[in-house]
Amino acid sequence: MSDKIINLPLDAETAKSLKAGEYVYLNGEMYVARDAAHKRLMELIEEKKELPINIKGETIYYMGPSPEREGRPIGSAGPTTAGRMDKYTPTLLDMGLRGMVGKGKRSPEVLEAIKRNGAVYFAAVGGAGALLSKRITESEIICYEDLGAEAIRRIKVENFPVIVVADHNGGYMY
Amino acid sequence: MREIDVALITEAIKDMCIEVNYDLSDDMKNAMKKASENEESENGKKILGQLMENLEIAKSDMIPICQDTGMAVVFLDIGQDVHLTGGDLTEAVNEGVRRGYTEGYLRKSVVSDPIERVNTKDNTPAVLHINIIPGDKVNIRVAPKGFGSENMSRVFMRKPAEGLDGIRDSIITAVKDAGPNACPPMVVGVGVGGTFEKAALMAKEALTREVGICSDVAWAADLEKEMLLEINGSGIGPGGLGGKITALAVNINTYPTHIAGLPVAVNICCHVNRHIKKTI
Repeated sequence: MSDKIINLPLDAETAKSLKAGEYVYLNGEMYVARDAAHKRLMELIEEKKELPINIKGETIYYMGPSPEREGRPIGSAGPTTAGRMDKYTPTLLDMGLRGMVGKGKRSPEVLEAIKRNGAVYFAAVGGAGALLSKRITESEIICYEDLGAEAIRRIKVENFPVIVVADHNGGYMY
Repeated sequence: MREIDVALITEAIKDMCIEVNYDLSDDMKNAMKKASENEESENGKKILGQLMENLEIAKSDMIPICQDTGMAVVFLDIGQDVHLTGGDLTEAVNEGVRRGYTEGYLRKSVVSDPIERVNTKDNTPAVLHINIIPGDKVNIRVAPKGFGSENMSRVFMRKPAEGLDGIRDSIITAVKDAGPNACPPMVVGVGVGGTFEKAALMAKEALTREVGICSDVAWAADLEKEMLLEINGSGIGPGGLGGKITALAVNINTYPTHIAGLPVAVNICCHVNRHIKKTI
């Protein structure tokens, strides 16, 4: 099995071409957000306010890093359990979110929204935070700095190893 | 009466929090190595290869093994002939956690209230369990616990008539529900007997037992082996992507219980099963 290299942000065609079970390497930029940031984004959506980030066509990595040492972009940076974001995800996918990186199972509602929107869910290896940290070359806090490890970040990745877990044709690894 | 300054406990806990988050104990490293030699599936081998590389990078580049550096669970076994001096013991433990997580570049993952959810910004408080034992020593165990796997843990109150089958069903149900979420290959800590809370505490403590050392209760040691085989036959595999290594160990701790009960707690831990001990 040869591993594909995929550029971020994902274009619509690429997202639809991915199949559950494929190993791919991600290159480019994505957002980082987890529980508390998702809660805040949803509150803004419910109040019909503008979001601090434009999620159209973007990929979100569910992750909360450990603090970075001097001279490094980020600390340990492996995926967190994606299922905790399931409550919020269908809404974000319907708003244009195209990719997600996390670990673990997703709800039927999320899998349905992935199909409906031509999106894709990748898993990175849970607990490989040191290895994945080395594949992140830049990291910047975009907003919600008060949330500490849960702030929204923009990161740049190089050859970031993931596996396609849920694809837009209904393919699902678990 | 031997006097021990609580500052020594602070210092020890600080060092232990840091060490255990960058370098797994030898029993866990050996278990991971053995797992990667024994795995047969392509996916499984690939994932275990990444996890072995991850352990090397963590140690050499000083990057925590996992970004979830855990909530600090601390067991203190205090000899009854020890007189602790120099301040409040609980505060000394929390100060050790505070310094370890701050100086060690570890993630602050604790919120002050389960509903308000404001980060305490220093990973305190610890979850502290104190036992009084004979002698004049203090045994410290630190086991930072990540929540990907903690969230998949369960307590079952079985009927005595269910016996071993009740225990088997509890373990298999928890492991199957955990699946890929708990970052397999897992270590499964099981507490059987006692009361509701005693079972849960035993399950947690079972995770601090070295992988490869079996229970000294005959039926529990047999069940540990049987359950490990069955879990590894489930096909969940490393990363939940299929394979024969789903768990590295099943550790069962037991305690007397009530005539009407059979409590079974299953505490799931990921492959980053951090435990470290020190005696003062």
